[in-house]
Order: sequence, then C-alpha cells, then structure tokens
Amino acid sequence: MKAIVTVVGHDQKGIIAKTSMILFENGVNILDISQTIMQDMFTMIMLVEYESTVSIKKLDEELTKLEKEMGLSIHIQREELFTSMHRI
Amino acid sequence: MISKFEILETVNMIDNENLDIRTITMGISLKSCAGPDIDTVCKKVYDKITSYARDLVKTGEDIEREFGIPIINKRISVTPVATLVDALEEPTVYKAVEIAKTLDRAAKATGVNFIGGYSALVHKGMTPGEEILINSIPMALSQTDLVCSSVNVGSTRAGINMDAVALMGKIVKQAADMTADTQGFACAKLVVFCNAVEDNPFMAGAFLGEGEGDCVINVGVSGPGVVKCALEQVKGKDFGVVAETIKRTAFKITRMGQLVAQEAANRLGVPFGIVDLSLAPTPAVGDSVAYILEEMGLEKCGTHGTTAALALLNDAVKKGGVMASGYVGGLSGAFIPVSEDAGMIAAAKCGALTLEKLEAMTCVCSVGLDMIVIPGDTTAETISAIIADEAAIGMVNTKTTAVRVIPAPGAKVGDVVEFGGLLGTGPVMPVSKYSSAEFVGRGGRIPAPLQSLKN
Repeated sequence: MKAIVTVVGHDQKGIIAKTSMILFENGVNILDISQTIMQDMFTMIMLVEYESTVSIKKLDEELTKLEKEMGLSIHIQREELFTSMHRI
Repeated sequence: MISKFEILETVNMIDNENLDIRTITMGISLKSCAGPDIDTVCKKVYDKITSYARDLVKTGEDIEREFGIPIINKRISVTPVATLVDALEEPTVYKAVEIAKTLDRAAKATGVNFIGGYSALVHKGMTPGEEILINSIPMALSQTDLVCSSVNVGSTRAGINMDAVALMGKIVKQAADMTADTQGFACAKLVVFCNAVEDNPFMAGAFLGEGEGDCVINVGVSGPGVVKCALEQVKGKDFGVVAETIKRTAFKITRMGQLVAQEAANRLGVPFGIVDLSLAPTPAVGDSVAYILEEMGLEKCGTHGTTAALALLNDAVKKGGVMASGYVGGLSGAFIPVSEDAGMIAAAKCGALTLEKLEAMTCVCSVGLDMIVIPGDTTAETISAIIADEAAIGMVNTKTTAVRVIPAPGAKVGDVVEFGGLLGTGPVMPVSKYSSAEFVGRGGRIPAPLQSLKN
C-alpha cells in the first residue's frame, strides 16, 4: 500500500532523520521525498510504501509522539485519499 | 502524481478547517425480528444489531487512522420500531419502551454513539402500534441514553396528518417535562418530519426505510469550515465565482466521503448505500454554516439576504457533490441547527436570527427548524402549529422538512441552555404569544397539494 507522509513545522535539526528512522523501524519503504520551506515553515512530503502486515496503529502512535516532541504536524495518509479528492 | 499543493491543501483542510466525515451509519433492518412475544422480539433485535454492527466502530477507527480523516460518529439506524410494535400480541407502551431499552443496550454494546429508528411513519394515518409507539416516546427517550426517535407526519403525496401533528405537540412537551432535570434533553433526540427520507445517516432523524435492504452503509460528510475558508479567498467577487468556489469545495469533500463509504462498506461486507452531501455544523468555532453566510457579505446570519445566501449555498453544495459520488441521498443540503452552530448561536443571542427567519431559511435548505430552544411555557398546541407550518413548507415544496424544538422546562426568552458536546448551546428563542389551539384542535388531514399550476 502507498501512503503520503507530510511533515510541516519550524525547521530544526533532525526532522528528516527522526521521521525516516521511525518509518524504517516500522518496515515502511520511502519511495520519494521532496522538501521545501513554505512561508517560513519546513514542509516535507514523502511517498512511502508498506505491506499490509505493518501496524499503522503503532506507526501512528510513534509519529504522534515525534510530532509532540518536535512541535510539528505529521500525517501519514493512504495515497487514495489524495487521488480521490484531486483527480476525477 | 499528486502535486505538493494538492497534498498540503488536503492536510490543511483536515488540520485547520475542520474537515471530517460526520458519520458512518449502518442501517439494519429489524423486519426479521418481528413477532408476537416481546421477550423473543427483544432478544432477536439485540442479537441482530450486535452481530451486524460488531465491527462497525473498529472499522471506522481503522479507516480514520489509515486515511488520517477524523470520523466523528459511528451510528446505527433501524427499521421504524412501530413495525415491531404492531406485530406484538397485545402491544402496550411498556412493551414498546422495552424495545427502546433493548436498542439502547445494543448500541452501548457496539460502541456507537446513537441509534435511530424509534420511529413511526404516520403521514396518512396511524395503526394501533404506531399510536402506542408515539405515546411511548417520552418514556422511551427519558429512560434511554442513545436512542433517537422520529415521526413522519406529512408528505407531498399524502398531505399532513393533523391528528398526528396535534399529538406530537403533546409528545414533545411530555418528553421535555420528563427530562426537566436535563432541560428537556429528550427533545434533542426527537424529530418530527414531513417527507422523511429512508436513507438519512444523520441523527436524530435516521431510520432505515421500508424500501431498504437488510443492511447498508450510509455516510454523511461535512465541512462548513472548508467552504468558509474557500470563500475567504474570493472576497468581493460576484456570485458566479462564489457558487463555483462552493461547488469545487463540495466536490472534494464528497469525494472523500465516497472513498470512506466505499472502504467501510467493503471492509464490513455490507452494501454501500449513499453519501449524504450535507454541510453539518458543530459548535466548534470555524465549523459553522452561519459563518459561511456571513462570509458572503451578511453582517449577521438572519439579516435580510440570509435566505438568498443559503439558497445559493445549498444548491452549490449539491451541484458540486453530486458528481463526486456514485449514489447521493439522505438529506443532502446545508443544516441549520441553531444550538450546534457557533454563528447561529451568536446570531440568535443578539436577536439577528429569529424563529420566523429560520422558517424562511428552511424553504431553501436541508431539513428545518432544528435544535431550537423555546420557552418552557410554550403550549403543546403552539408546538403543533410550529410543526404544521414546517410540514406545510415541506409538503408544498416537495422537500424534507423537520422540527426539533426543545421547550426547556423553566427556561425563558433570554436564557441560554447548555446541552454540551455536539448538541451545543441554545439561546431560548421567543414564539408567538397568540394561540393556535383552535386551529390545531380541528384534527383530520390537510389534503395533498396540487402538483401543477405552480406559482
């Protein structure tokens, strides 16, 4: 399954490292990364892939923990959400 | 590949603009549970609901997590319970209440937050079972937590059953009085309809209609905040641009609803019914239909121009949403529940929004006089007359209308009643001081209206 990870917040050291470490530890493969600074905010978008055996609950909990630690907004959402909303 | 802008737009809608799926509602038919013995009926009802809806809440939560979309409510609607009461041997009010309690227990066991369908459809006449069910509503709603009730008293094809309207005025009063300690909270779980729809996923008016299958998944989307934010980008532009902006936004919101509905139906192994395109507000600031109307240029919701603004909004939401879903149904339109909408609460408090204006607004939008707190000393006849007026609007305009008013015991105009949660805060609104008793007392039926020579 493919999903989109978005990370938005104030730029600081370790955002990419810590996010990708959590993804790696949970068996999620990163297919593509793009990052930019938009309106002074660090914005990173990752396209990732995972097997159905991956526990989204655990992954979500760990990302939420990181989100709070670093004061960021982190989401992992199935790719279909975006395709259904933005493509006819 | 989806662009960066599109991804961030979706994330922003969810994070900052209160975009959510308002409800996944599983419709469960209780036709197979009918029988003469009350204990057997209750057992069958409990077993069927808890077995069909066993995974409903968990599935909703899984989808929520995987797609990152909040799904606020997971609910159940059932066949109008009057059908079961009619089949009982020697039906009584107490036996009907037993079924309500069974629904309540089943709802609690499955973890849903409401169960709808303690209902009767009496737009032309009442069977003995339906009359018993209606008379049991105050007791049923005051002795249960999660059961919602609705009664259909009129339709475009049948006219308005004024005997039922007269009875419902009394029932609303009794329901308020029996829950005086919670300021008439039972009335928040009771809707009186004209032209009720069979596949409505929203409470308190949800029930599974006669023409529906054994089990179905209906989904209600929401997103007043998203529409308001989209309109902020087109300040001062003409109405063509306003309508187009709402349509585009409604399309995106509905696509998300369609995705969730399909996903939930697949995972639960239940047919997908409809997506309801309603814009349903919550008391959260930024999730208000009134603020959308104000964004169009009205100083306060309720002032002159409000009906026109709402008509445009309601129509544009449908036009945008219809193409985004395979099957659209339910109530589909903008809701205007006063106590559940921060902007409506503010407008009612400052006197900009009155009951008369709300009645006019219901001519052009979804449903009707919704979650309106009226003085505790309002008579049953006046409530019946309010229901009759609203039913007439629905009947003549071939649309669904409803009344959910709360005559909060002891409350006077100017007071504010707190319901908490999604049901919000209701400023007590004045009703006419002149009597409608003689009118309501006539009884009989108002004949169905002519469907041609329209003017």
